[in-house]
Amino acid sequence: MLKTFKMGGVHPAENKLSAGKAIEKLPLPKTVSIPVAQHIGAPATVVVKRGDEVKVGTVIAQSSGFVSTNIHSSVSGKVAKIDDVMDASGYKKKAVVISVEGDEWEQGIDTSDTLIKETHLDAKEINAKILAAGIVGLGGATFPTHVKLSPPPGMTAEVLLINGVECEPYLTSDHRLMLEKTAEIIVGTKLLMKSLGVNKAVIGIENNKPDAITRMKDFTANEPEITVQPLKVKYPQGGEKQLIKAVTGKEVPSGALPIAVGAVVNNVGTAFAVYEAVMKNKPLIERVVTVTGKSVKEPSNLMVRVGTPVTELVEAAGGMPEDTGKVISGGPMMGRALTTLEVPVTKGTSGILLIRNEESKRSEMEPCIRCGKCVNVCPMGLEPFLLMTMSEKKLWERSEDRHVMDCIECGSCSFTCPSNRPLLDYIRLGKGTVGKLIRARKSQN
Amino acid sequence: MSITLIYTVVVLSTIGIVSAIILYYVSQKFKVHEDPRIDQIEEALPSANCGGCGYAGCRAFAEACVAENELSALFCPVGGNDCMSEIAGILGLEAVQKAPKVAVLRCNGTCEHRPKTNAFDGAKSCASASSLYSGETGCAFGCLGYGDCVDVCDFDALHMNTETGLPEVDDEKCVACGACVDACPKDLFELRKKMPKDRKIYVACRNEDKGAAAKKSCEVACIGCGKCVKECPFEAITMDNNLAFIDSDKCKLCRKCVAVCPTGAIIEENFPPRKIKTEEIAEPTSAGPDSTDKA
Repeated sequence: MLKTFKMGGVHPAENKLSAGKAIEKLPLPKTVSIPVAQHIGAPATVVVKRGDEVKVGTVIAQSSGFVSTNIHSSVSGKVAKIDDVMDASGYKKKAVVISVEGDEWEQGIDTSDTLIKETHLDAKEINAKILAAGIVGLGGATFPTHVKLSPPPGMTAEVLLINGVECEPYLTSDHRLMLEKTAEIIVGTKLLMKSLGVNKAVIGIENNKPDAITRMKDFTANEPEITVQPLKVKYPQGGEKQLIKAVTGKEVPSGALPIAVGAVVNNVGTAFAVYEAVMKNKPLIERVVTVTGKSVKEPSNLMVRVGTPVTELVEAAGGMPEDTGKVISGGPMMGRALTTLEVPVTKGTSGILLIRNEESKRSEMEPCIRCGKCVNVCPMGLEPFLLMTMSEKKLWERSEDRHVMDCIECGSCSFTCPSNRPLLDYIRLGKGTVGKLIRARKSQN
Repeated sequence: MSITLIYTVVVLSTIGIVSAIILYYVSQKFKVHEDPRIDQIEEALPSANCGGCGYAGCRAFAEACVAENELSALFCPVGGNDCMSEIAGILGLEAVQKAPKVAVLRCNGTCEHRPKTNAFDGAKSCASASSLYSGETGCAFGCLGYGDCVDVCDFDALHMNTETGLPEVDDEKCVACGACVDACPKDLFELRKKMPKDRKIYVACRNEDKGAAAKKSCEVACIGCGKCVKECPFEAITMDNNLAFIDSDKCKLCRKCVAVCPTGAIIEENFPPRKIKTEEIAEPTSAGPDSTDKA
């Protein structure tokens, strides 16, 4: 019996159209717009100005607090302007716009493909390199990795979980990384283990990627501290709390972080980025983005420089199909629909999905019939129908009592509702409002 | 007459009388002494229970009135000055007269002026949409048009104009209770001083983007040029973050700012049309609307 998480979950169609396509490098664009807020926490502070010459890897914005990180130029060229640019969040954000000239890299960055396995650096030094390289969680949450690797006082990590689950339909970037950069991911895993001070790591992979499971198992055959755990295919297995439950059997308490049960979860992409940062001195300036959709001519996995406009990716995949309803940054469950293709790819862009109109257009909302399906599928054990009504009626304190802040925004509730109710939209409103109330309360005390 | 019957009647009657006496004394001892003026004030109030006064209903407001020494912080927007005078009379206090106010929507981004750049497929609620992204147009500050304000108005004073995509305030019905101000996630409503003949002059824009960006999203946006600030003879206009604001307490309705505004962001309502002088070059009529039209 395959391990899985017990509560809730849904089974959307997998549509892993690009699973067989090897990662290709996307040619450099003419301009890149690199936002200074690509991570959870304080936006980075810009340290360049118009006219400055930059190379690949030049720091263009610096970490501005504990929960913040550095931003590097992903291209070589000249800074054209610092401007507000529309990004995938649906709001305009400050970004450094660079016009591309050539492809010169900063000195010290090793651009070769040679595998480097050993390092003499200790845990602190590894963590420092991770911060310097601007590494954030590449699963999509973009939490600064060096912060995740520094447990709060009183809490210790016992196990490192590497998230190779990729439960979102359509997305295959993690899958391809596991097949093509296997050795590098294993080295990255060991670096993360060293940084955390743990001697146990488990790599979780959903069972719909048998080739990746086999390959990862082969490469860890001589690593007694690292095991590969195949998992039952169920959305959202890739959620960190669901992964912890499935692999360790432990449940993260409401409102607490995974470190509370001794676990730290990192995406395989993050492990790969850590390898490149520590062993190759390469900061986070590019990532694998899946460009996909049922009508897309060439569903692909592209290695894209941060700041590249999405228009370039769509063109590389054969252009936007006629029947496209929405262009989604991310997957169909948790992604955000874009209002324009002129948004830049950021550290958190896992995929661009050109979804057909008939699949993406929502139907008319109908009254709640109290069927309870949403409660059934919620992986966090919440009552989505109730949380939606509370947001509609502005009952924020009651919403907080009913644990709205525990919602991981996976979308299983909206996916399953027979009355087409936009449950997640209202729950997100609730989370935002309650979050503000909580922060106001904390700052008063 | 059997002895049982007599005993029954006597015992039950005694229990009844004793209970009645106990109940009477208990009710007297635990009686809640309420100031009779609370009832009187509640009679004088309009019983709308709208919360516009800031209290939980008319009775709560009546209790607050009795509890305070003076009425300067208390005002019922529905009852207005007449009602407050009556309440002052009941309490033997001085009535505080407040200038009546009316709600004004500070956005003129109609479908015509502010083209849509995308279609929103989420829940048609302003609060929800505002928390998700910057909206269906290029202006992240403007009215979303899903009508949260219309839903919340207790006085039937707000209606959605489906042609323009903006809500319209009925000046006759609006009591300035403030419900729409709270409901709008973009902070577009303002309670402005009510002027004679319902005349209004206000900047119908909340866009804080730089001029070029603002104008690109909406034809009648405030571009922050500052001409109105210079023109105003009463120093009623201030500029902050590329956006002008007219203080309704200082404004004397001279209309000079309306004439100089290059985009028509400043709106004048319920004025007669301007006279065009034939000997001079015609005074530029505001690019925005005048009289009662708002689109």
